Amino acid sequence: MSAVGALVDLLAGRRDAAALGPRDWDGVISVARAEALLGTLAHRLNDARLPAPVALLFADMRAAATVATRQALWEAEMARRALAPHGIEFVLLKGTAYAAANLPCAAGRQIGDLDILVPWHDLARAENALRVAGWEWVKEDAYDDAYYRDHMHELPPLIHRERDRMIDVHHTILPRTHRITPDALALVGDAVRTPDGLSILCPTDMACHCAAHMIADGDLQGGLRNLWDFHRLVTDFAAADRGFWGKLDERAEMHGLEGSVHRAARLARDLYGTKLPSGWNRHRPRDERYQRRLLARDGWGGATDPLLQQAFYIRSHWLRMPPLMLARHLWTKWRKGHHPI
Amino acid sequence: MRHRTRIAVGPVQFRIGSDWAPPIAALKRLYAGYPRDTDRPADATVRLFAARPWRRWLRPSVHIGGDFIVPDALPLPLSMGLLAAEMGMNLQVALGWRRHMLLHASAVAKDGRAVILSGESGSGKSTLAALLGEGDWRLMGDEFTLVDPGSGDALAFPRAVSLKNEAIAEVEARVDPARLGPLLAGTPKGDIRHLIPRADAIAAMHEPVRPALLLFPRFGGEPAIERIGEGEAFVRLTEASTNYIALGEAGFAALTRLVRDTPAFTISYPDSASGMTIVEQLWTEAVR
Amino acid sequence: MADPFYRAAGEGELRIEPLGELTAIFDRRSMQTHLVTQPIPEILAALEKGPGDAATLAARLADRFDLDGEGDAVAIVADRLAELAAMGLVEPA
Repeated sequence: MSAVGALVDLLAGRRDAAALGPRDWDGVISVARAEALLGTLAHRLNDARLPAPVALLFADMRAAATVATRQALWEAEMARRALAPHGIEFVLLKGTAYAAANLPCAAGRQIGDLDILVPWHDLARAENALRVAGWEWVKEDAYDDAYYRDHMHELPPLIHRERDRMIDVHHTILPRTHRITPDALALVGDAVRTPDGLSILCPTDMACHCAAHMIADGDLQGGLRNLWDFHRLVTDFAAADRGFWGKLDERAEMHGLEGSVHRAARLARDLYGTKLPSGWNRHRPRDERYQRRLLARDGWGGATDPLLQQAFYIRSHWLRMPPLMLARHLWTKWRKGHHPI
Repeated sequence: MRHRTRIAVGPVQFRIGSDWAPPIAALKRLYAGYPRDTDRPADATVRLFAARPWRRWLRPSVHIGGDFIVPDALPLPLSMGLLAAEMGMNLQVALGWRRHMLLHASAVAKDGRAVILSGESGSGKSTLAALLGEGDWRLMGDEFTLVDPGSGDALAFPRAVSLKNEAIAEVEARVDPARLGPLLAGTPKGDIRHLIPRADAIAAMHEPVRPALLLFPRFGGEPAIERIGEGEAFVRLTEASTNYIALGEAGFAALTRLVRDTPAFTISYPDSASGMTIVEQLWTEAVR
Repeated sequence: MADPFYRAAGEGELRIEPLGELTAIFDRRSMQTHLVTQPIPEILAALEKGPGDAATLAARLADRFDLDGEGDAVAIVADRLAELAAMGLVEPA
């Protein structure tokens, strides 16, 4: 049994965790870490019978994910406080959006940078407002800057100087030079509000974006994790709305993403057992190649497909801790006769 | 991977794989006296690998991989494979461990109470702990000390001590050569030689102890002791922790409790002997 | 421009622990730790009584501190409030 196969089976609920041998867990844990799925797996197996060390590790991962999710949502809140006074509307994307909406795929999910979508015409104002509120360019490099502006679908990444967290400001969901040009105005126009007053994409757009991110935009970015997001999103949306698959078809076609969305759905079916309606339940020979690449990890978490060596770089908190929020004027003179310590 | 071993240090079970035999053989020798549980799943995985297959033989250079990686870490020559393994193990713990608050600190214990020594490399914290551990102290660890958020107790992480430069001769003079690893000369961190902790320190590695003293040593200068306040100790320890922020409120509560319950001092010392004298003196006052 | 009004964090959102000369504040919404010294904890406490601007808060604090000149105190409170807002510990009302 391959470790990556076991991981996929455990997530899909096809394999009983109690049936794994103690040493099988080594590979499952390593591959889950490499795919940024360990927290997700820990939640998925919350009630499973596990060897004691695995149960302890998974409890650690669930607790850590709770903290990380709060931190990610706080970044969204800080972006709201920076942009709202200027009347700039923005839509949360990816992990932060799933967490803000408390979607099932958010449980234990690792969240990287804050991704937001801003209408093209508000981009310059958003950039200014964020910089006033303490975000700075990661690199002041004219070439990179021009490259991003001309070719990418987002501003060059900004990092907050106090909190050391990144924000990616998108104005559409695929690079501008991509042959497919999703309807960015519709994405923003049809966004929905969470109870906390944050905006997220509507269900069909969320599924479209997830597929676009994974299939259309580069080489299976996020791999198994994004495919898991897609599986959970469409499964839950379809359970809540019988007409979901039809709407998804229409919406994907409008964005020019029907190929990506259908491929993501078939891959999710083949790996995670997503139930698809008849019109979607097809087979394409090229899917196998995608599937092989999604599963290209050895039992040590290493990528066995050189094209897939998209390691998850951890911006090292060991080398430089994000600073504590030390109030800047710690020793300000306040009372008469009070002297700095 | 072709060559592999499993090592348990404190609460962490490692799995280490390598494209080459020598680093694994060296690890097996250093960690021969540690408890073994071959059925226990690994918490952390370290990979020592060649970037290209032919680099296993041709000018072999060891890349450090595993659950967490540092993007710009340079590979090491095969002769320093043991250092690569040590760096890989440290990295997985520093970035991946969440059960305890991790302090970049050495520690020694006596009578169920711990002295925690926190400082940058070069502060002498490793050497002091190693030397104290050869006396009537139990060595808890030379690099990481774990604090249990629930109980506030300190837990040991007694990996093989990484002696550097002058500390090598100082320890060589006192210990059985069988407890020393090979000399790794001219590494990016200087000369390195590993010391296997005493058997009693390894046997007691799961025993929690109450922190009694927090010391922030600085090597060099006249002997000096300065008491520091709770706030300053808090700030210094957040800087010394690799996972404080990831622990959320549990980390905050653990650290608040630690600095309130434990007297903290900065100490300066010109040589190991005076450093040890200062530790013993403060210890006597702290546990009185 | 008039000084903005600010409001305190909600009940139970901040965990405040005095540590000798410093005060550690854990913000449960952001999971961030802030280390502050006076008059920051006092300003936060004064804000508990209801939203206010720098002048209101300086007046609330006047009882507790032997303040320098009145104008100076308002300016200091205004600066600290802006910093607290940047840290997310208070929010413009």
